[in-house]
Amino acid sequence: MAELDISHKKAAPGVEQSRAVATSPSTPQSLYAKHEKLYPKLAKGTFRNIKWAAVIILLGIYYITPWIRWDRGPDQPAQAVLVDFENARFYFFFIEIWPQEVYYITGLLILAALGLFLVTSLFGRVWCGQACPQTIWTDLFISVERFFEGDRNARIKLDKAPMSAKKLFKKTGKHVTWLIIAALTGGAWILYFHDAPTIARDFFTGHAPATSYIFAAIMTFTTYTLAGHMREQVCTYMCPWPRIQAAMIDEKALNVTYRYDRGEPRGPHKKGATWEGRGDCIDCRQCVAVCPVGIDIRDGLQLECIGCALCIDACDEIMTKIDRPKGLIAYDTDENVQRRIRGEKTSYNLIRPRTVIYALLFAAVGGIMLYSLLTRSVLDMNVLRDRQPNYVQLSDGSIRNGYTVKVLNKATKAGEFTLVVDTLEDPVITIAGQSGADNLLRVPADETMDFRIYVAAKDVSALDQKTDYRFILTNVATGAAAEARAIFISGGPK
Amino acid sequence: MAKKESQKDPQEIETTGHEWDGIEELNTPMPRWWLWMFYGCILWAIIYAILMPSIPFLNSYFKGTLGYSDRAAVLEDVEAMHADRAVYASKLSGANLEDIQADPELFRYAMAAGKSAFGDNCATCHGSGAQGFKGYPNLNDDIWIWGGTFEDIRETLTVGIRAAHDDSRFGLMQAYGTDELLTKDQISDAAHFVLSLSGRDDDAIASLRGSEIFRDNCASCHGDTGIGDKMQGAPNLTDEDWLYGDTLEDVYQSIYGGRQGVMPNWNERLSPETITALAVYVHALGGGQASAPAEPGTPNDP
Repeated sequence: MAELDISHKKAAPGVEQSRAVATSPSTPQSLYAKHEKLYPKLAKGTFRNIKWAAVIILLGIYYITPWIRWDRGPDQPAQAVLVDFENARFYFFFIEIWPQEVYYITGLLILAALGLFLVTSLFGRVWCGQACPQTIWTDLFISVERFFEGDRNARIKLDKAPMSAKKLFKKTGKHVTWLIIAALTGGAWILYFHDAPTIARDFFTGHAPATSYIFAAIMTFTTYTLAGHMREQVCTYMCPWPRIQAAMIDEKALNVTYRYDRGEPRGPHKKGATWEGRGDCIDCRQCVAVCPVGIDIRDGLQLECIGCALCIDACDEIMTKIDRPKGLIAYDTDENVQRRIRGEKTSYNLIRPRTVIYALLFAAVGGIMLYSLLTRSVLDMNVLRDRQPNYVQLSDGSIRNGYTVKVLNKATKAGEFTLVVDTLEDPVITIAGQSGADNLLRVPADETMDFRIYVAAKDVSALDQKTDYRFILTNVATGAAAEARAIFISGGPK
Repeated sequence: MAKKESQKDPQEIETTGHEWDGIEELNTPMPRWWLWMFYGCILWAIIYAILMPSIPFLNSYFKGTLGYSDRAAVLEDVEAMHADRAVYASKLSGANLEDIQADPELFRYAMAAGKSAFGDNCATCHGSGAQGFKGYPNLNDDIWIWGGTFEDIRETLTVGIRAAHDDSRFGLMQAYGTDELLTKDQISDAAHFVLSLSGRDDDAIASLRGSEIFRDNCASCHGDTGIGDKMQGAPNLTDEDWLYGDTLEDVYQSIYGGRQGVMPNWNERLSPETITALAVYVHALGGGQASAPAEPGTPNDP
């Protein structure tokens, strides 16, 4: 791309023209493109403020969440959000999920995907621009960079300047701060997988498991690299979402849009000169200067655009300065731009078949998950009948069947359970390893136990060779019950 | 989006020059850092190949400078597992059932170890579910020829029945026909009587004749009423269970040819811990009987 010689030009009185050039897409000569370093300028305005708020709130959630306590009773983890790999449990406030309930995680992923679809079809890539961890940490790292090295022009100058004590100090300060933030990020990550206060202490006394150190190191490295050095390269080249978004966004979706119907033809403007016959864009390139992904929004919606809307802030500031209406760059739809060109009335419709369907799907999946969570049983039982032998005849002539009964006590308290069966008359139920008088199944809190259960029936003459019946398990203390179907075999081949 | 291309110098957008139905292929360059990652992966592969076992030779392989071996790692794990199990094993040998049942963890270990040992050693004759076959007792039921307490089962496992062990359990069911101790008619009458003990016979006259033959020949072991004697391994003839079958032919055959079923003594092949675990498992199959309080003469140390 030809270097623009604009060093002394003014876009309009009182407005410096920026040297900013969109680096992406560039004109390639080689098979490999050199990474053009970006120097995003600090924008000021509504969307920048929203971004500051997002950075503070989301980072706050990330760092504070593992420290929130939640009482689940004795011997149970007291952490509100905990992924407990050792005991194969996931805790989220009042929710506890066992490995066999991993479909809740699937549901959560479906919800996340539908939510993303919905938001994207309404407002474009707000996730990318405001909430994605890559965006949040990059924003934080750019702020650090700005703190040490100054804003855009100062940073460009510093990078061109020869190494000096001052430059060394600024660069070192930046990288050390980045590494500290990265280490805190990696450190907070492992808090989600162990009891936070315990692992924090163990981590510094050298008693934490090796995986904790490894993952803390990996997360430190990736945070430092991705947020400090890779930045927009992650969004442009690594992330699949920019490609998927094309299917979500249509001409009716709100997007960060350069209203070229109003902006063109563009060009520098002298104070007092007429605005007749020309567009409002004074080609000051402030929109390019603030862009964190290095594109020119005036080229239209592009793959690289993460929808952070900082160019709206930058342009609005200029429009105010040159006394033109705000919103040359604004949230708008492709369709409205076309309408204005044709002289038609613009309209915004958020309620479209696409958004309604996404919203309904979101509500349906969310509803199903909520219902199944609220009605989730804390007691479950599986019954597996012995097949060899099918039945046993005892010396008194009665017939006995053997079963393996698996009791899942998902409650946070140890439970004592009675086991009874229906249909059979006067069944004798015995538990292997327990004396006849002791007929309670004992399962510790939040555990699964297998029991060998024998059911004997004295008079089987009235029974079919195969009798369907049920096992009924009842918690003595709480009355919670679970049922399981079973078969009693009273004759035929052993 | 429409503006993008119109604003650009057409030469700015590089294509490969290929065109299909008006669709051109962009020649967008790859970011150079991607190339560095590729080189990085190659470097990683080389370092890995030097550190870890990697290159196969004809009779051996390059073992890597770190000397890591999956095989050695597995053996270490096995050692660790043995060490873990040794704790339970030392508790098991010589323990009695009450001690084992009082420790649920130990009981579960014994059940698991017993089940696995049963599958390896016992299932061949007694069946995978210990259901038994003709001549090989069903271990699920509550009918025991040599006793069904935990101690009895452990003793039977240790010394066997009619086995090579010096203290092996031994009971003699004589071959009354083969050895010409009784005539065929007498044997037939005795068989009728034996079946009548559990209400299976309908020839009252034959069984009346048989009752005398029984008293003279069988009662010494099986008892006057035929309820058997566990000390001698004489089965109860009055119950529903028939190890060799409950037809007249079966019973006739048992008296004529005798029955000399063998259970090997396992003390030479299995450790005392394993035998204890097997006894726990078999006892818990459903027919295990409670131990008689302080029974003298029951060996506690197999």
